[in-house]
Amino acid sequence: MQFPESWLRSLVNPALDTAQLAHALTMAGLEVEALAPAAPPFNSVVVAEILSAEKHPDADRLRVCQVDVGESSPVTIVCGAPNAAAGLKVPCARPGAKLPGFEIKVAKVRGVESFGMLCSTKELGLEGAADGLMVLDDDAPVGEDFRGWLNLDDTLITLKLTPNRADCLSMQGLAREVGAITGAEVRLPQIGVATERIEDTVPVQLSAPEACPRYLARVVRGIDAQVATPRWMAERLERSGIRPLLAPVDITNYVLLELGQPMHAFALSRLNGGIEVRLARAGEKLELLDGQVAELAPDMLVIADAGGPVALAGIMGGKPTSVERVTVDVMLEAAFFAPAAIAGRARRLGLSTDSSHRFERGVDFGATRQAMERATQLLLDICGGQAGPITEAAAELPGRDPITLRLARLTRVAGIELDADQVARDLAAIGADVERQDDCLVVTPPSFRFDLAIEEDLIEEAVRLFGYDNIPAQPPAAPSRMLPQDETVLADDAVRQMMVDLDYQEVITYSFVDPAWETALDAGARPLLLANPLASQLSAMRTTLWGGLIETLRHNLNRQQERVRIFELGRVYASLAEQPMKLGGLVYGDALPEQWGASSRRVDFFDLKGDLERLFGRGLDARRGTHPALHPGQCAELWVDGQSIGWVGALHPRLVQAFDLAAAPLLFELDSQVLAQRGLPRHVMLSRFPQMRRDLAFVLDAHTPAGELLAALREASAGFVRSIDVFDDYRGKGVPENQKSLAIRVVMQDTERTLTDQEVDEAVQKLVSAARRQCNASLRA
Amino acid sequence: MRNPNEVVADALAAIQASPDLQTLEQVKAGYLGKSGQLTELLKSLGAMPADARKTAGARINEAKQAVEAALKTRRDTLQQAELDRQLAAETLDVTLPGRGLGHAGLHPVSRTLARIQALFRSIGFEVATGPEIETDFYNFTALNIPEDHPARAMHDTFYLQSGELLRTHTSPVQVRHMQTHQPPLRIIAPGRVYRCDSDVTHTPMFHQIEGLWVDETVSFADLKGVLADFMRNFFERDDLPVRFRPSFFPFTEPSAEMDIGCVMCGGEGCRVCSHTGWLEVLGCGMVHPNVFKHVDIDTERFVGFAFGLGVERLAMLRYGVDDLRLFFENDLRFLKQFN
Repeated sequence: MQFPESWLRSLVNPALDTAQLAHALTMAGLEVEALAPAAPPFNSVVVAEILSAEKHPDADRLRVCQVDVGESSPVTIVCGAPNAAAGLKVPCARPGAKLPGFEIKVAKVRGVESFGMLCSTKELGLEGAADGLMVLDDDAPVGEDFRGWLNLDDTLITLKLTPNRADCLSMQGLAREVGAITGAEVRLPQIGVATERIEDTVPVQLSAPEACPRYLARVVRGIDAQVATPRWMAERLERSGIRPLLAPVDITNYVLLELGQPMHAFALSRLNGGIEVRLARAGEKLELLDGQVAELAPDMLVIADAGGPVALAGIMGGKPTSVERVTVDVMLEAAFFAPAAIAGRARRLGLSTDSSHRFERGVDFGATRQAMERATQLLLDICGGQAGPITEAAAELPGRDPITLRLARLTRVAGIELDADQVARDLAAIGADVERQDDCLVVTPPSFRFDLAIEEDLIEEAVRLFGYDNIPAQPPAAPSRMLPQDETVLADDAVRQMMVDLDYQEVITYSFVDPAWETALDAGARPLLLANPLASQLSAMRTTLWGGLIETLRHNLNRQQERVRIFELGRVYASLAEQPMKLGGLVYGDALPEQWGASSRRVDFFDLKGDLERLFGRGLDARRGTHPALHPGQCAELWVDGQSIGWVGALHPRLVQAFDLAAAPLLFELDSQVLAQRGLPRHVMLSRFPQMRRDLAFVLDAHTPAGELLAALREASAGFVRSIDVFDDYRGKGVPENQKSLAIRVVMQDTERTLTDQEVDEAVQKLVSAARRQCNASLRA
Repeated sequence: MRNPNEVVADALAAIQASPDLQTLEQVKAGYLGKSGQLTELLKSLGAMPADARKTAGARINEAKQAVEAALKTRRDTLQQAELDRQLAAETLDVTLPGRGLGHAGLHPVSRTLARIQALFRSIGFEVATGPEIETDFYNFTALNIPEDHPARAMHDTFYLQSGELLRTHTSPVQVRHMQTHQPPLRIIAPGRVYRCDSDVTHTPMFHQIEGLWVDETVSFADLKGVLADFMRNFFERDDLPVRFRPSFFPFTEPSAEMDIGCVMCGGEGCRVCSHTGWLEVLGCGMVHPNVFKHVDIDTERFVGFAFGLGVERLAMLRYGVDDLRLFFENDLRFLKQFN
């Protein structure tokens, strides 16, 4: 909410300068978002009248003006504005004046001496039409300081109000609040009662009394809607961000700003019969003031006449019944609409109006009549006319029940004891009725405070008025209990650090991705879709981390990064119940950064697999499998304890092309929960006896996976076999075509005794026969 | 018999002239070996009369000692020279860079999250997590934000076509945790949150850390104490000014916004703090009784406070990052600045 400081100060004027006032508001919870001068700094500008304007003898476009600046004799000023003419009142910068960006001096203009400058709005840094001189009202006092006359030494204050403080959405409310927090005297406008000169009324029926428990209507006949809005009112409206339009409309807007009561004026001649406040009926439509035709829903409250809805209650009036320049008779409306009956409706229609903003948050139901009288008074004063009696239709208004504030509870929540008498005085200062009892205060909040309903509301209010800054910041006392540390679960941060140590840079990508990525990576993917995405490329909840990782790769390749090793630890999304954490990674480019003494080599599947083995701290059960996004020949499914936990492989060549990459990145994605599971270490006795090693070279079909041979060997191994590993994979000279030779290292050791040659030979023989039987592998000659 | 003195003179000359250890060993053999000259002299003693043998023996032994001493000296010299040559030959250019993998690092948001968690863990806060796809109940209703409440409009919520939503804050974790745990409770809940908003100062996804402390004796003064302590430790500034302003969140009451003195300009006023000298860093307050009611916690027995802070905001202030969007572009040149 924006308003001019001068308006607030006309109602309450604490002995604080602008900055101090802003600080006081901010620290009371009414955050001052901006302070802006009403006009940029300039000086020595006065109201002047052009007495004569003659063509410059030596320049077609210039005129030589005699100007009355309020001194004994006129001054000569050369002016280039096309609208300079005798009789106009304009701002005049005198010699020595400093304007935004330049200074005025006595100067010869094409041979004629000029004593100042007649100004346009633009030259003064003011808003408004920039063409030609700024034309002032006929009653502008010649010679008077221009800034003073237009009240330009004013500050526009913008507040960022929280939704609970609807009472501060008006100058009256703000003045009350400033009075309460500074102790300054508050002088609210005097509102009388209009004399009823006519008897016309419009009957009002409340058909939804809970939504609208009070509706006031008054007929005023014979107004002149075309009369100019007084400058003081137009200025306050403009400085509050509302453009003056038409006097009767300006008046209702002014009352909204001044008292916080949204009002509406209907053109009486356009109303058909009496007013009914009711819920909209299915299928009803209304053309609103902004030209939009709203389709009304049955939970929307409307003001209707015999012909149907004429206004969307508390939100916006209808166009057909709106006041126009020719309107002579009006019906003024001031009503209380319950917040619950208004909330959310405007937003559903794509609207946010000053009226709905206030009704949604709560308008003072105790001041409806006061607002009607204020608007009537201003209308009669400005537009003339004759007022009829007020018709009031009323049902049950919201109550304000007394609330008990226990002083002990206040102390407990605040953390320090507040002085009970001071609390009582503070609450009285905001308009509450306070009764002091032994150990509590019984508080009845005022009708304009919708945020005070329970004890906590009063605690907050008491602490707020005491000052949050006056509560000490104390280190809390709590029992010293250690936090549990599960040693068998690796923390996410530890996993991240391990990846970093393996030379993977962590990235964080958006959880929502382009649905096209999802289907490209897996034609069968059915990602959850956002109903209101920011853009279609951000509309699908990812089911894999790979889309974001590939996009990150592309982003960096475009920035000349040629070796990319990245990972992300984050969720993928299947449903509300299933949002598992995954660890995903991508490597691309050289295995090592370019360096001396190491020939460059592209990173490959086994580099990545080795990284994952280091991550797990052991060998991995990787099995051949097929994944739609991965190269069918360079793709493995990882298993832990009989459970598939993820995939590793090279991006499918089809996708390498689709993502416009020069080569295939290698990717992995794992279930991070399984990854995090670590057994508790358990010591086993070390053997004191010598260890025996046998190297065996098996020749077998080139397509038989090494893992199959290893599994067969391990299954057939004697109890004292400690390890069986591959240390070479050879194909070529000396090995038949379509065959390969796998070199296997077998390490044997017993914990009780030295193994005999015979035992070792027998164990090896069992391995050899298992290899032959299960993998058709024979020992290489 | 040759005069032993002459033999010694010859030997010393030969030793001195030996260019390397191999030649030296040959010289040694020529004098002290099985058929070396001095050995031969010794052998010839047997044919001498006893008295002459003794004198001659003594002279030969002296000669032998002199040769051996010369051999040792020469051997040491040659060995030292050999070692010097080897060391010179093996000398590396140690100024060349080391070899192997490159170095990587954590994302600055992770780094900041870890730092925040470490600080809160140090005073006994446990880490809790919750889902990012949430229901209306946990994200709003249970947090005292009913349907059509104006506060909902401030949240710019993303909805799924299935009707669920993306959590707009980490506060739902409070509710989920209190449903399954009994007070006293002290948790922080870090994670991703989402708002339907994207411009220079907003990304549609960002990170928050929620904090919650519920016990029989926690107060607004404690809330202030914990958060002031946190900010001063996070920025490592014991003199960091902090202030608390009244604010409004439906799930806390009293509610507050916490400001810290601008860490960019030291409170003088700059672009980052909009020339106010203050930076808004978090929202907090005492848990609203309606929130406790949703999770069946006795509001007469227990009091609690909660807070929520923006991780990217703190990371920007801590590391001088001036554009929020950099965090999610994942430009390696940016990320590697935090390694």
